[in-house]
Amino acid sequence: MIEFRSVTKRFTTDVVAVDDFSLVLPSRKITVLVGSSGSGKTTLLRMINRMVDPTSGSIEIDGVDVASLEPVKLRRSIGYVMQNSGLLPHRKVVDNVATVPLLRGVPRKQARREALELLDTVGLSRTLADRYPSQLSGGQQQRVGVARGLAVNPNILLMDEPFGAVDPIVRAELQQELLRLQQELDKTVVFVTHDIDEAFLLGDQVVILRTGGLVAQIGSPTEILARPADEFVASFVGADRGKRALHLENHGGGELVVDSEGRLAGVLTRDTESGAAAQGRAGR
Amino acid sequence: MNLLIESIQWILDPQNYVGGNAIPLRVLEHLGFTVATLLIASAVAIPAGFFIGHTGRGRGLAVSISGAFRAIPTLGLLTLVALSIGIGLGAPYVALTILAIPPILAGAYTGFEAIDRRTIDAARAVGMSEGQIVRGVELPLGLPLLIGGIRSAALQVISTATLAAYLADFGLGRYLFTGLKTRDYAEMLGGSILVILLALALEGIFATIQRFVVPRGVVSSRSRVVRVR
Ligand SMILES: Nc1ncnc2c1ncn2[C@@H]1O[C@H](COP(=O)(O)OP(=O)(O)OP(=O)(O)O)[C@@H](O)[C@H]1O
Ligand SMILES: [Mg+2]
Repeated sequence: MIEFRSVTKRFTTDVVAVDDFSLVLPSRKITVLVGSSGSGKTTLLRMINRMVDPTSGSIEIDGVDVASLEPVKLRRSIGYVMQNSGLLPHRKVVDNVATVPLLRGVPRKQARREALELLDTVGLSRTLADRYPSQLSGGQQQRVGVARGLAVNPNILLMDEPFGAVDPIVRAELQQELLRLQQELDKTVVFVTHDIDEAFLLGDQVVILRTGGLVAQIGSPTEILARPADEFVASFVGADRGKRALHLENHGGGELVVDSEGRLAGVLTRDTESGAAAQGRAGR
Repeated sequence: MNLLIESIQWILDPQNYVGGNAIPLRVLEHLGFTVATLLIASAVAIPAGFFIGHTGRGRGLAVSISGAFRAIPTLGLLTLVALSIGIGLGAPYVALTILAIPPILAGAYTGFEAIDRRTIDAARAVGMSEGQIVRGVELPLGLPLLIGGIRSAALQVISTATLAAYLADFGLGRYLFTGLKTRDYAEMLGGSILVILLALALEGIFATIQRFVVPRGVVSSRSRVVRVR
């Protein structure tokens, strides 16, 4: 469990990136921080592994204040995946994945073997192991980034817009892959995005932020869609328009579901099972 | 044309390969002086450049100091140092070290600065210590530009080291100064040719090193066939 307690971060006296932020991130769940650019998502994420220290307030991991932990050691115990993968360009894929285990003193042979296994885990062919990052596609690089994040078998995985730089098809693939991985691995994932669809798809808990690191709403995707806290949230999640604002139209006895632009979304069936599914998580 | 032939004859003359003024001896002196100067300058400039590149602090100061150093006329500086510490090799060492520092310093910090900040940030975020970042990320990625800086310093030092003979019985510059005094233009030109040849050889060596130190993953383009070990 990760807990933010009244955390404020000021970079300068007038730039308040995060303002009095409190949140509990439950273990083995995916918490998604979503908000527009500059809303403090990255800052929040980086305070967990002490890449940024809060101006006031504290962050606890399983009851231990991170401020009491040595940053380098703390970071080696937490997986970190960033946009554009952040791989070391002069090291081969397998060496990139093994970076932190090697720093932690894992023998070279074992580190390499485990790195190769991690390539399997993230769905990459082992034939890519001896390539350099520049010789991979964006999607492949991102998978290597995830493998590196998992290399120390961390309890916590921090992901900062990890799929932001790949095309929509690859992104959808990577999202499904992450959900599959999470079923197997059960990590405490903190995921940053500015894509609300991604947030609803991945998040067990979704935190919607406004500029200045202010919380607009915290809840499950269902809760947020069912009861948006205010106008801002309603418009941010798109509950008032497009494919999320659906209504029924009767066409000769058949009930059709139509979105706000008049596009056909589907047919309303009275089956209880699919009715329950419709109440489930959007997009899943 | 005649003079050129005479100077080549001078270079090939067996008489110039014996005694205290032998060509191999002068070449060795010249090279030794250059290497020593580069080592001293590197010992000062590389740590300073790494510090500036790694922390981003002191860059403005380094740029202005380098600029000022470059603007100093070497002969003037040499004379000035000689006046304060006397005739001998001390003054050329000081003057040429000062000449060599700016390009090495610039090579060191531009090499560091040219590295994508996100790469370094990611290295730190996964848990590399500052020392490990310097050794494992910044050094290998910044090395080509650093070597480039040493290369241009080497070229300047090896050509300007002829001036050392102005204050001491030393190096290839000796042939220029004695040739000038005795009006032996073949010797003067021969000495100059030797300096040029030495500079070119050094250029070749550095060009090779520079190509060699570019990390594989950075040169290898996606179109190239991947070699697997
Ligand atoms: N190192 C820093 N120094 C000064 N200001 C900073 C620094 N890092 C972030 N900020 C400021 O803090 C605010 C929040 O930044 P942050 O990077 O957390 O936003 P974000 O939500 O991740 O945005 P994006 O979606 O664009 O990545 C911004 O106004 C930003 O300019
Ligand atoms: Mg961000």
